[in-house]
Amino acid sequence: MKNNSATGSLELPNLNRQPFESRSLKSVLLSSITVTAALLACIPLFSVLIMLLYRGGKRLSLELFYALPPTAFETGGGFGNAIAGTLFMVGIAALISIPFGVLAAIYMAELGPDSKMAETARFCAKTMTGLPSILAGVFAYAAVVLVMGHYSSWAGGIALSLLMIPVVMLTAEEAIKMVPNPMKEAAYGMGCTPSQSMVKIILPVAMPGIITGVVLAVARAAGETAPLLFTALFSDYWLQPNEPTASLAVLIYNYSGMPFENQVELAWAASLILVLMVFVLNIVSRAIGERTK
Amino acid sequence: MANDQQSVWEGADTLSKPATSGDKLFDRLFRGLTYTFTLATVLLLAYILYEICGKALPAISKLGFSYLYSTTWDVNAQHFGILPEIWGTLYSSLLALILGGFFGITIAVFLTQDFLPHKVQVVLKNIIELLAAIPSVVYGLWGIYVLIPLIRPLADYLHAHFGWIPFFSTSLSGPGMFPAALVLAIMILPTVAAISQDAFLAIPHKTKEAAYGMGTTRWEAILRVLLPTASGGIFGALVLGFGRALGETMALAMLVGNANQISLSVFSPADTLAALLALNFPEASDYEISVLMYAAVILLLITLLVNVAGAVIIAKTNSGGKK
Repeated sequence: MKNNSATGSLELPNLNRQPFESRSLKSVLLSSITVTAALLACIPLFSVLIMLLYRGGKRLSLELFYALPPTAFETGGGFGNAIAGTLFMVGIAALISIPFGVLAAIYMAELGPDSKMAETARFCAKTMTGLPSILAGVFAYAAVVLVMGHYSSWAGGIALSLLMIPVVMLTAEEAIKMVPNPMKEAAYGMGCTPSQSMVKIILPVAMPGIITGVVLAVARAAGETAPLLFTALFSDYWLQPNEPTASLAVLIYNYSGMPFENQVELAWAASLILVLMVFVLNIVSRAIGERTK
Repeated sequence: MANDQQSVWEGADTLSKPATSGDKLFDRLFRGLTYTFTLATVLLLAYILYEICGKALPAISKLGFSYLYSTTWDVNAQHFGILPEIWGTLYSSLLALILGGFFGITIAVFLTQDFLPHKVQVVLKNIIELLAAIPSVVYGLWGIYVLIPLIRPLADYLHAHFGWIPFFSTSLSGPGMFPAALVLAIMILPTVAAISQDAFLAIPHKTKEAAYGMGTTRWEAILRVLLPTASGGIFGALVLGFGRALGETMALAMLVGNANQISLSVFSPADTLAALLALNFPEASDYEISVLMYAAVILLLITLLVNVAGAVIIAKTNSGGKK
C-alpha cells in the first residue's frame, strides 16, 4: 500500500489472463472458426483425391495406355490416343513458348530493363495471364482453324502456347533478376559483351528458376480443357497432327456427361492420370526451386 | 612496340580481352533477337484482340447493343441475346467470391498469425496450393458425381423450409448455380489465400507488437489493426479472384446447367459467357461464330476491366507500404 502511494495512487488492473472474460471468449470463438474454416477448405482436395483413387484406380490397367476409346455400348477400351495427343500438343506449346518467353524475359530483365518497350511487354504479359483460357481457344479458332479450314493438333498447341508464354516470361524474368549483381559485373569486367555475359554467366545461374517456371507452365497447359474444345476437338483414332486430336482433358469433359457406365469410369481413370501428371510436374518444379535456395 | 604489347597479352594469366568484331556482331544479333520477341509479346496481345474483335464485327454491327439486354437465344429465328449469360457470369462469380473470399482470408490469417508450428504451416500452405493445381475439368467431374448428390439433401431442405426467400425459391434438380459457385469458390480460394498472405506478411512486425503492447487479445489485434492495414492487398486479392472466377469455363460448363434464364435462386440452372462459348462453338455456323465472338469480346472486356483494377490496387498498396 505504501508503495502504491509512492508512485501516485496507481491502481493496476488484474493482469492475469481471465479465460471467461468476454474478450477472451471472443478470441477463442474466432480461433475455433478459423481452424474449422481451414480444415473445411482441405476437404475438397482430399475428397477429390480419394474419389480419383477409388473410382479411377478401379479402372487402372495397362489397357488404358494402348487401347483406343470404346464405342457406346462396348466394354473395356482405353485412351492411349488421348495421352499421346496431350503430350504432343503440350510439346508444341512448349516449343513455341519457351524460346519466346525466355528471350523476351532476357530483354525485359537485363538488356533493356527500364525501357518503355519492357514496361509495355510486362504489362501485356500480365494482362495475358489474366485472360480467360477459353479466349485462347477462341483466338486460335479464328487465327488457325478458320485459316487452315479444319481442326488440328497445331491449333490446339498454339492455343495452349498462349497460356504458357506469359507464365514462362514472367517467371524467367524474376529468375534472371535474382542473379547477384557482382556476378554480372565480374563478367563485364572481363570484357564480356552483354550478350556473352547473358549466355555464359547469367542464364546458367538463372536456369533452375527458369526451369521451375517452364515446368509450372507445362503443368498448367496439360490440365487445360477450354482452349482445346474447338481447336483440337476430339478424335477416337490415333494421333494425326493435321486431323482433330484427342486429349485427356477433353476426353474427361466429353465422357463425364455420357449415360454409359464404361465411359464415366474411363473419365475417372483419365482424371487420375491427368492429376498424377500435373502433381508430379508440380513436385518437380518445387524440388528444383527448393534446391536453388 | 606492337610486338611488346602482343607479348603482354599472351603472357598475362587472364581471360579478359577486348571484344572481337565477331563478339560484337553476336551481341547485336542477340540483342535484336530478344528485342524482337519482346515486341512480339505486345503484338501478340494486339493480334489476339484484333482477331477476336474483327471476327465479332459483323455481329456487333448487326445486333448492336440489343445483344446485351435481350434474353432470347434462338438459332433458328437468328435472335441472339446474352443478358442471362452476363447475369449468370456475374452472379456465379459473386457467390464464389463471397465463399472463396471468406475462406481464403481466414486461411491467410491462420497461416500468417502464428497459430501453427512452422512445419504444419508449410504443409497446410502446400495443400492449399495443390488445390489450384487440379485441372478444372476434374473439379467438374467431381462436382457432377460427388458434390451435387452430396448437397442435394441440403438444397431440398432449404427449399422446403425457406422457399419464401428468393435465393431458395426453386429446388435443385441436378446442375445449378449453387454447385457451380461452390466449385468456383474452391478454385479461387488458393489465389485469394496466397495474395492475402503476402499482404499480411508485408505488415511490419512493429505494428503487431504495438497492438499487443496495448494489451489487445490476438483477435483484437487481427481485426482492428492487421486487417485494416492489410486491407488494400486483401481487396486486390479479392478482385483478382473475382477475375479468375469470371473467366473459368469448364467447371461451369459442366455444373451450371446451361439454361438460358435469369433467376435469383441459387438452386436453379443458369448459364455463363464462358460456358456459352464452350458449348456452342463446335457446332456453330458462320454467322453464329460471329455472334459468339461478340460474346467473347464482352467476356474479354469484363475480365480485362476487373484484372487491371486488381493489379492497380495491389501495385498501389505495395508502393504505399514502402513509403
